[in-house]
Amino acid sequence: MLEIKNLHARSDDTEILRGINLQVSAGEVHAIMGPNGSGKSTLAHVLAGREDYEVTEGEVLYQGKDLLEMEIEERAANGLFMAYQYPVEIPGVSNKYFLKAAMNSLRKYHKQPLIDTMDFLALLKEKMKLLGMEKNMMERSVNEGFSGGEKKRNEILQMAMLQPKLAVLDETDSGLDIDALRIVADGVNTLRSPERAIIVVTHYQRLLDYIVPDKVHVLAEGRIARSGDKSLALELEANGYAFLETCSA
Amino acid sequence: MIATETDTYQIEHARFREEQSSIVSTWLRELRERGLNRFTELGIPTTRDEEWRFTNIAPLLKKPFKVADGATLVGSQIDELVQQAALDDDFHRLVFVNGRLAEQWSVLHELPPGVVVESLAESIRQNPDSIERRLTADAELEHSAFLALNTAFIEDGANISVPDGVAVDRPIHLIFLSVNDEPSVSHPHNIVSLGKNSRATIVESYLGVEGTAYFTNAVTEIELGDSADLDHHKLQQEQPNALHVATTRVRQQSGSKFRSHYFSFGGDLARNELNCQLDGEGIECMLNGLYMPTGDQLMDCRTRIDHAQPHCNSFELYKGILDDRAKGVFNGKIYVHQDAQKTDAKQSNQAILLSDDAVIDTKPQLEIYADDVRCTHGATVGALDEQALYYLRSRGIPADFARTMLIFAFANDVVQSVEVPAVRRHLESILLAERGLPDA
Repeated sequence: MLEIKNLHARSDDTEILRGINLQVSAGEVHAIMGPNGSGKSTLAHVLAGREDYEVTEGEVLYQGKDLLEMEIEERAANGLFMAYQYPVEIPGVSNKYFLKAAMNSLRKYHKQPLIDTMDFLALLKEKMKLLGMEKNMMERSVNEGFSGGEKKRNEILQMAMLQPKLAVLDETDSGLDIDALRIVADGVNTLRSPERAIIVVTHYQRLLDYIVPDKVHVLAEGRIARSGDKSLALELEANGYAFLETCSA
Repeated sequence: MIATETDTYQIEHARFREEQSSIVSTWLRELRERGLNRFTELGIPTTRDEEWRFTNIAPLLKKPFKVADGATLVGSQIDELVQQAALDDDFHRLVFVNGRLAEQWSVLHELPPGVVVESLAESIRQNPDSIERRLTADAELEHSAFLALNTAFIEDGANISVPDGVAVDRPIHLIFLSVNDEPSVSHPHNIVSLGKNSRATIVESYLGVEGTAYFTNAVTEIELGDSADLDHHKLQQEQPNALHVATTRVRQQSGSKFRSHYFSFGGDLARNELNCQLDGEGIECMLNGLYMPTGDQLMDCRTRIDHAQPHCNSFELYKGILDDRAKGVFNGKIYVHQDAQKTDAKQSNQAILLSDDAVIDTKPQLEIYADDVRCTHGATVGALDEQALYYLRSRGIPADFARTMLIFAFANDVVQSVEVPAVRRHLESILLAERGLPDA
């Protein structure tokens, strides 16, 4: 599904990614862990297409196509979804309008008929119930005045509505209490299927108790320093990221 | 230089005077002469005038604009414009063509007893004394050349008068159309009086026929009695080659409420001055505005609020969306006079520039002579939020659509503050048509 080869990227004059290699197949859940500043969020944003980062070397193949050549919206239309660490507030655009516009944009891209309003509302109601979201959140402006937890749920709601093929969750656990964490994790787990892949970017092992990964990678100084199975996450939890110093030495 | 520029208007005024010599009473003739003399003294403002520093109107006024006569009217063109301007068949509607009432397009439903909604020309004929008092009282010509010019050519406009304690439920829609085949000017003059505890809703729309250049120089004088309530809207949708200059003056008495919603879309150059005199206690004054110049349009929005008495609130929000090589000017003055303790005044002007060549000059001016007041003002100028654009696009929404959504969102609070549904829907449809925002 996703193949990252020797990916280098920088922001302004700082090189952040320094040769990432990663392969994610359909049906897999990968966790990317690492200390602050290791490049985890940069990797997520480079995949989503944020223009602040410049890719200087390497390539990314997504479903066999050159991902880096695709526009931001084209990536989304082809099933890539990133759940933001800091979801953006958009005053004046209602959450409902936004979600419907997003769904219909994907449908237009694939030359499918637009969604019927009643069907849309029914689907929305069902997904919101699963995520324990208040009804009035749909009438409110996108993320405006939402608490940290509400914003994260709103990200997962968008994911549940858009049904992506590859979901990248950027620090989705940060700022969540344990109940919210469980609800968010349930939302992610319902998406798990043999046709989909999920990349969970996180600083802590905590989320991985609920979203159990097939593979765990540790990012340090813009490279993958170690890869392993879920036991690697537990090891990190016990010993911290201190071992990285010996690695890079 | 200035003398030659005003010459056109002198000649035009002589013609106008001749034309009207048999029908006009002495006081009106004198009022017009005073207007003309004042206009000649002041001259057409140049950019050396502080109030006109960013708005170079003089070159545009070199065209020989003539006071339009009724001979060139084309019925089908007017039908079309009226249709375009009409908001709701339930509204009372006065249609003015080239500044004069056009009865065949006007519709008045049953009005509460004592309420007057008619043409100023008609009022002058029927009630010369009361109109004389009102117009001469308004005619302290101050320093505005355009106010003086309007007075020089005063002839018609709307006269709206609501007696004490009466509410006019249906909005009163005043539609001003310019329909000509040669460069022409109209000087509509509207007077509005709301008695104590009365209430009304007024909408002014300005439109024209595409093609010929024209100049609208409108004046609206509003008097609000104690606890009167006026919801006022102005939709400036002139043609791209029009010059639109307008002055609205409001005098408010104790406990009155004035809400102004100004929307500026059209014109080559559009300048709107809105002056509110808060002459009693416990007054509320809300001024909202949205201006959206594109191409080479220039839109100049000026407001002035005079807090003369204690315990009054004013709230002002103006938003500008500027594209291409458009220019915007916002000047918001708030004077808090010495007696106006416990004043609460908020002012905000926010503008977004959609292109590198668009320019906004924004100038909030607060002058405060009382010591126990709360006054805040803020001005922001920026571009569309890149983070928000990225967020929308990363959900599959194409860049153009995302941009449109953000523009609409920016304008939304000003649009939503309009309480009359038909007006709000009309504005939404203009915004949608202009920017092509689909119904998601």
